Formats: sequence, C-alpha cells, structure tokens
Amino acid sequence: MRILLMGNLNVGKSTLFSRLTGINVIISNYPGTTVEFKKGKMKLGREIVEVIDVPGTYTLEPISKAEIVAVKMLKEGDLIINVIDATNLERNLYLTLELLEKNKPMIVALNCWDEARHKGIKINIKKLQKLLGVPVIPTVALTGEGIKKLVSYLKKARKNPIKLKRKEKWAFIGKIVKEVQKIRHKDHTFLEIAEDLTIKPLTGIPVGTVILILSFFVVRFIGESLSRIFDYLFNFYTPIANWLGNHLSGFLKEILIGTLIDGKIDYLQSMGLLTTGIYVPIAVVLPYIISFYFVLGLLEDSGYLPRLATLVDTILHKLGMHGLAIIPMLLGLGCNVPGALSTRILETRRQRFIAATLMAIAVPCMAQTAMIFAILAPYGIKRIGIIFATLFIIWLILGILLNNILPGGTPETFMEIPPYRIPYFKGVLKKLWMRTKGFIFHALPFVFLGVLAMNILYTTGIISAIAKISSPIVVKLLGLPKEAIAALIVGFLRKDVAVGMLLPLRLNLKQLIIACTILTIYFPCIATFVTLLKELGIKDMIKSAIIMMVTSILVGSFLNIIL
Amino acid sequence: MEISLINLPEGKKAVIKKLEGGREFLRKLEALNIRVGKIIKKITGQPFRGPIVIEVDNTKVAIGRGMAMRIYVEPEK
Repeated sequence: MRILLMGNLNVGKSTLFSRLTGINVIISNYPGTTVEFKKGKMKLGREIVEVIDVPGTYTLEPISKAEIVAVKMLKEGDLIINVIDATNLERNLYLTLELLEKNKPMIVALNCWDEARHKGIKINIKKLQKLLGVPVIPTVALTGEGIKKLVSYLKKARKNPIKLKRKEKWAFIGKIVKEVQKIRHKDHTFLEIAEDLTIKPLTGIPVGTVILILSFFVVRFIGESLSRIFDYLFNFYTPIANWLGNHLSGFLKEILIGTLIDGKIDYLQSMGLLTTGIYVPIAVVLPYIISFYFVLGLLEDSGYLPRLATLVDTILHKLGMHGLAIIPMLLGLGCNVPGALSTRILETRRQRFIAATLMAIAVPCMAQTAMIFAILAPYGIKRIGIIFATLFIIWLILGILLNNILPGGTPETFMEIPPYRIPYFKGVLKKLWMRTKGFIFHALPFVFLGVLAMNILYTTGIISAIAKISSPIVVKLLGLPKEAIAALIVGFLRKDVAVGMLLPLRLNLKQLIIACTILTIYFPCIATFVTLLKELGIKDMIKSAIIMMVTSILVGSFLNIIL
Repeated sequence: MEISLINLPEGKKAVIKKLEGGREFLRKLEALNIRVGKIIKKITGQPFRGPIVIEVDNTKVAIGRGMAMRIYVEPEK
C-alpha cells in the first residue's frame, strides 16, 4: 500500500512525515523532472506501508512543476492523507475539494491545531467531517498530538467524490468556513510580533544582520569544539600510524603515510592517505559540516529564510535573481553540491545560470573554509577577512555584469512567507544526519582520490611538466611559486586537500591569500562540476567555466598588484 | 475609492476590488487565496522598489511591485 501526504506548502507536512516514518528516508527526483520528493516506510498493523511526502501544492492545476508532479503521483497512490493548516482553513480547503474529486480514500489531518487555539480560532470538527464526508483528525505534528489517532483512523478513510466547478468550490468553502469556524479576537503573541518586526525593513535588516553574524559564531563555536574533540581522538590513532610508518618503506610509505615533518607525522602536511587523508576530512572538515548544517536546519525549520529572502530581494534582483536565490548561496557555504541542486527553486533558466555561476565562483564550501581558517588563523581573523571580502565583491560585480549582459529579465517575486514555528528538534536532527551522511559518502572517496592523485602526480613528474607550461600565469600574473600549480590541480578533486597542500610550500601571507582566493574561484571541485553539468547542460557549463577562469586570472593578478 | 495596493498605507486593511492580469497571474493569486472580496492587510513594502508584503487570512505573501500594481483595493474606513 502507498500512502500519499498531500497539502499546501508550510503546513507541517514534512514534520508529520518525519513522525510517521522511520529513519530510512529516501529523497529522490520524480522521474524526468527536477522535483524532489521523500519516500519512507511505516508500520501499519502488521503491514509495512510506503509513505510519500508529495511536493507541497496549493492546487492541482498546473501552475508550476510541483503541481504537475503531484497530479502524476496522485494516480499511483492508494490513500491520501490531506494535511491542512487549521489556522488557514479557507485556503487549504480548495486543495481538499480538488483531492476529493479524484475519488480516492482520504483522511484529513487538521494540523497546527494548537496554533489555531492560540490564535483564538475554534473549528467544529464534527461538522467539518460531515460536510467533507471524510474523517478529520486534529493533529499537532510538532508535539505528536493526534498522530496515533490519525494512524488508527487510516482504515476508516473514505471516498466522497463531490464534483464542483471553481466558483462553486469557493462558494462551498465559504459555506463550510462560516459553519465550522469561529474566531475570537486575541492579542498578538510574541511570535506574531516577531513576524512583523523581522519583515519590516527598518527593523528586519538590523535583526537579519545580527542573526547571520550570530549564526556564524555559533557555527564556529560548535565547529571548533567538535574539532578539538576529534583532534584529541587522533592521539589514540597516532601510535598505529607511527607503527605503520616504521614498518613500511618506499612508494607504499610515501602514499599511505606521506612525508614526515621534523621526523614526525604532521596530520596537516604529511599528505599520506592514512594521515592527512583521514585527518582533514574527519578532524578539520566534518566538525564544521555538522555545525553548519545544524544551524542551517534551525534557520530553515523556524521559517526565517523566506523572510531573509524578502529582505534581500531588492539586491538580488539587481544581480538578476530572486530573493530566494539566497538559499543556494547559503547551502553552497556548506557544500557547493546541494547549493547547485537547490538552484532549481528558481523559475527561469537565466536565474539558475546566474545563481549557479555566482555560487560556484564566489561561495567557498565549508570544507575549504575550515581549511582556510586552520591555515590562516595564526595570521589573525582580519587576513581571513580579506579573502571573504574579495569573494563578496566578486559576487556583487559579476552578478550585476551578468544581469546586464545576459538577455531577458527576472520575473517578479511571489511567495508565501510562513509563520514562525518552533523547529521540530528530531526533524532537525534527522535532516542533519541525512546531510552529514551525504557529505561522508560523497566527500571521503574524493579526499582519498585527491591525496592519491597528488602523490602520483608528484612521483611521475607530471606536476613539474604542467608547472613549466603554466608558470607564466601562475608565477608572473599571480605571484605564486610554480609548485602551487599542484594545489590547483588537486583542487579539482578536493578543495580542502588543495588548501592543505599550500602549507608545505612556505608561502608568505600575500601568496596564501591569493592562493586561497584563486582556489575558490578558478573551478568547482569535481563533485560540484558534475552536478552543475547536469543542472545547466553542457553549453551553459562551458560558458560558466570560461567566466570562472577569466575571473580567477583577473582577480588573482589584481590582488597580486594591490596587496 | 479604489487604489492600487502599492498606494495602500502600511498597516492598513483593505478589500480587494479588482485584479488585472492574465489567466496565469490570476490563478497564482487565487492559489494563495488572494481573490476579489477578500480582506487583506499591507504589512510593509521593501525599499528601492522591493516587494510588498501583505497578510491574507493568517498568511503573509511577498509580491513584486509590478504585480502589486495590478491589485486594486478599497481601504477600510
């Protein structure tokens, strides 16, 4: 059996889905589309049934891709749980009536029941049930209230194929709302006041700035703490690595353990598969990945991001994008791969191209950022600031240029801003786990590959050959030693490993800043490259790549002159 | 007196009187329950021709200026 969860956006559908299903959730694209949906399993009596979180829609009419997919999925489902928001009955019921028309067994979860109570909204469940002809169960997905009852009522799901025209639907909804809903005026709650304050520019912009700065420090604090713990744990591993180092020799030792620094293993510089190859991803990068995605999950699930998107909409329109394009940028700060994937939320190809290109060029991923911090920290935070300020300026200038050069315009913003909600903590942790798992499985193999490739490139002498050819650019224009070319090559596999490779080169501060900036801009890592290629297509990817290389040479030379 | 949503003062409630635009535009509005006869409240407008934020029932919606211009309302007294 296949159960479909259907409803408007921002009605707590995903939280309900988290409640119903176990840990094994699969996120995939609907065949032939870029629309994502979630699939999970649930125990119903003795049976294991499939639960699908259908993309949120307001209607079944084909307004966007989400509706087209929802209609297709509807045909493949056996039972519908229509999730509706009790604080917004009227709007939600339109989809409910459309779903009833499809003549499938259906049950209604009247979610956000507690919120409705707080807002002074009273709904007569019995009457609503009678008018709709299907069971209606009040639920609070956040706390779990009513979920058991909802599950036990699944077998009582009913069909009630009432067919109405559009106008008749609204008239019927008007009648339902009038009969079942009573609203008592209540004073604004704290969250409601906060909702208004964070969307008005005069208060919203300062608050938004504080939230972003605060997020940065929380990410850094959690990241540093975790990093210290993981680093400590490596103390127990060092004897094993030393023992291996003593018993291996030649090429194998070179690859697995790497170069000893002052007679000892240096986890950041030795560049062996079993030293740097596991230390960098686990003790340097993973802590920041975890802390970044944790904070991002809180921002997402509280409903803050659409507000941020509205506040920055004006600026982003100057760069040829919607306010919502802030989401690929933020996600890109974690890892450029999900950043590239999330450009799909933008409607037009032009917007997706600009967003993907800007993200790939100017948004460093957390793996790289963590390494930049690790290497430049001794020089102080101001120096690190130069890199990020440069990237931000590139982002702005390039965005304005692209917006003026590329034909076409940016469609207008039109989006719902959901109310603030306390995030469902288990849901946040589940998402964090999925994303961290994604990082471990996608990134670790590439770290190994990167370290391996670097060793092979060195021992075979390929590096010195390439270094000779490209030395005019690297040495003359960018002011870097020609050995730095190795880092640029490995940067295609993993940027964090590449930043690490700068360490043994004994660069001065200026060279380090230039090298770190160039490593961000010149080309995405292979995982991002493959994703971008799929998302943009080969033609746009080539365009994007040309922009990347030209920008990196220009910016690198510029920094080399002024610093 | 009908005025464009753009000219509605901040914090003021109004009844929607007329929506001008193509079928797709109207459907988009309707999906979010922005229909003739509904009462809406203007929460704010973002500076430098940024989007207008309105409240309809218990939902807030950000609407680009060009779209907001085509929504005509009558302010509540």
